[in-house]
Amino acid sequence: MSSEANRAPNEPESQPGVSQDRREFLKQCVAAAPLLLAILPVAEVAAASTPDSSYKPEEHYYGMGIDVNKCIGCGRCADACKTENNVPREPFYFRTWVERYVLTTEGETVVTSPDGGIEGFPPSISEKGILRTFFVPKLCNHCANPPCVQVCPVGATFITRDGVVLVDKDYCIGCRYCIQACPYGARFLHPITHTAEKCTFCYHRVVQGKVPACVEVCPTGARIFGDVKARSSPLARFTRFNEIQVLKPQLNTEPKVYYANLDGEVR
Amino acid sequence: MPPDLVQQLTNVLHQVSGYIYPNEVELQWGLLVVVYPYITGLVAGAFILASLERVFSVKEVEPTYRLALLTALAFLLVAPLPLLLHLGHPERSFEIFLTPNVHSAMAMFGFVYAWYLAVVLQVEIWFDYRKDLVLWARNERGLRKWIHLILTLGATDISEQAVEFDRKAVRFITIIGIPSAFLLHGYVGFIFGSVKANPWWSSVLIPVVFLFSAMVSGIALVLMLYLLTGLVRRSLEMTCLDKLASFLFYALVVDFSLEILDFIHRLYEAEESIKILGTMISTRLFLSLVVLQALAGTVVPLICLAFVSPAFGKRALVRFPEELRRLLYLGSALLIQIGIFSTRWNVVIGGQLFSKSLRGLTVYKMELLGLEGFFVSVLLLAAPFFLLYILVKILPPWKEVPTTAVPEEAAGD
Repeated sequence: MSSEANRAPNEPESQPGVSQDRREFLKQCVAAAPLLLAILPVAEVAAASTPDSSYKPEEHYYGMGIDVNKCIGCGRCADACKTENNVPREPFYFRTWVERYVLTTEGETVVTSPDGGIEGFPPSISEKGILRTFFVPKLCNHCANPPCVQVCPVGATFITRDGVVLVDKDYCIGCRYCIQACPYGARFLHPITHTAEKCTFCYHRVVQGKVPACVEVCPTGARIFGDVKARSSPLARFTRFNEIQVLKPQLNTEPKVYYANLDGEVR
Repeated sequence: MPPDLVQQLTNVLHQVSGYIYPNEVELQWGLLVVVYPYITGLVAGAFILASLERVFSVKEVEPTYRLALLTALAFLLVAPLPLLLHLGHPERSFEIFLTPNVHSAMAMFGFVYAWYLAVVLQVEIWFDYRKDLVLWARNERGLRKWIHLILTLGATDISEQAVEFDRKAVRFITIIGIPSAFLLHGYVGFIFGSVKANPWWSSVLIPVVFLFSAMVSGIALVLMLYLLTGLVRRSLEMTCLDKLASFLFYALVVDFSLEILDFIHRLYEAEESIKILGTMISTRLFLSLVVLQALAGTVVPLICLAFVSPAFGKRALVRFPEELRRLLYLGSALLIQIGIFSTRWNVVIGGQLFSKSLRGLTVYKMELLGLEGFFVSVLLLAAPFFLLYILVKILPPWKEVPTTAVPEEAAGD
């Protein structure tokens, strides 16, 4: 594919010299591609087998902050999550998704999440009837008191020392009890592996000192990831300067996804 | 991605009303999980009926004692199958026994089941049949002789003392057995009742409702089996049938009262979930809950049994001729089975038809073919009857032993 084809339609015509350089660069890339193929598997094995040895799980306790006012409903988080974690693309499987709430002047609340918000949201009703509207990103709440972990008959789902709820897919028997027990609809049965699946806070990234994919791509910084307890973490700052709510607090699951500016209509 | 699944879920997506979480489009527990508590309930119910005769010495239902025990065994052997077939990884199911999570209600079920099957039911049947097994082995030839001889496990002493010990053992096991049967099915109710995320399930009454509905279904099943086998064998004791029908009536009254209590309690408390549950009952569950479970499966048999059976004294309110009475009992029992199956359906499927966001309803599309399909479930429901047939052939519950009468002998042919 030429560089012309890759250019966005409204991108201005670039300078000939720059274009030349780019063409040159791409050619070099193509020439070097076989080399890359040779390096990649080695790099992958290295990355998988040697986790960052300086990482100490007991020194962390993770959570996520979500500023509802900042979410624009672009759905990039849900999209990035599917790419990063190989989540089936069909619109029935989500580790994270975005809901749109439209509160009408009639007192009605209309919630939608077409394809988890990945393609954005179509305009729904005339603006006249709208009282308020907002977007709410959802994901596993990585509860401190998780009902899913309680009910798993074989202990395949567990809490890590750094406070992340994970599923061991080589151990899960696929009974789906955890899916029933989750009050937030955050789990699903993977159609290929036939085991329970959910958000891992991108654990593979987190142990390398990176943030989850959804946090990385959010264009407005609506998602904040970090240590709940560390005083200097972005999350600690977020919880200090915002009034925080969690989802379904009455169920005593003690979620570690903290929402700022959350409306009472959100369940 | 399996294309069938995508097609099926796409169809479901089009029938969703309101808002459901995107992961809720796929309904997790289908028909197989409906069959499981239904079968387990029949086991517990049949056993409790058998125990009634032993512990409370209800002489009239004596002819059903052994039949009820064998029925319980036949159904218990099939009970774990629907669960096993439903697992994503059945080959890992043994992990429940090897590395159980002691906080999980489901993990403990394995042990409750094993206790009930291995310790209670099989041991009780063995002690009850031991004398007969020895006598059969002595008088028979060929394969039957060997089967019965092996089943004695070498304990061939039928002296007065030994038989007396058997009798005591049976009584002792029955006394352990009643709480065990309560545990077995109350426990199945607890698996659902303890899910706090689900307002349709989360109720302390669910285990109790499960227990009494189990007794209802178990008694109804034994009544049907006794009636049909009795007709075929031309030895049917009407007093026994009347007593069974009375028991069925009492159990049904308690069961219905509990369900009404649950219903009124929910309605009166009118919690956050009441609106969506109300919509679900009046639309998606109308046929299975209002029509099949409540009207056809409970109210009609309740009225019928109230008038036909001698539930309020020695005589029935309306005296019907025997043949008509048999027909009405059979009809009531059949309706009750349909009603209890609907009860299981309404709990298991109903609990998944509404979104945990409490904003929408989904649908359940039952498949015909496939592991989770209609035919597999029919097969699973038929299997216990086949097993029962074999069990009855090996351990005839009514056959007269050609020597001295045994106390628990059924009045035979």
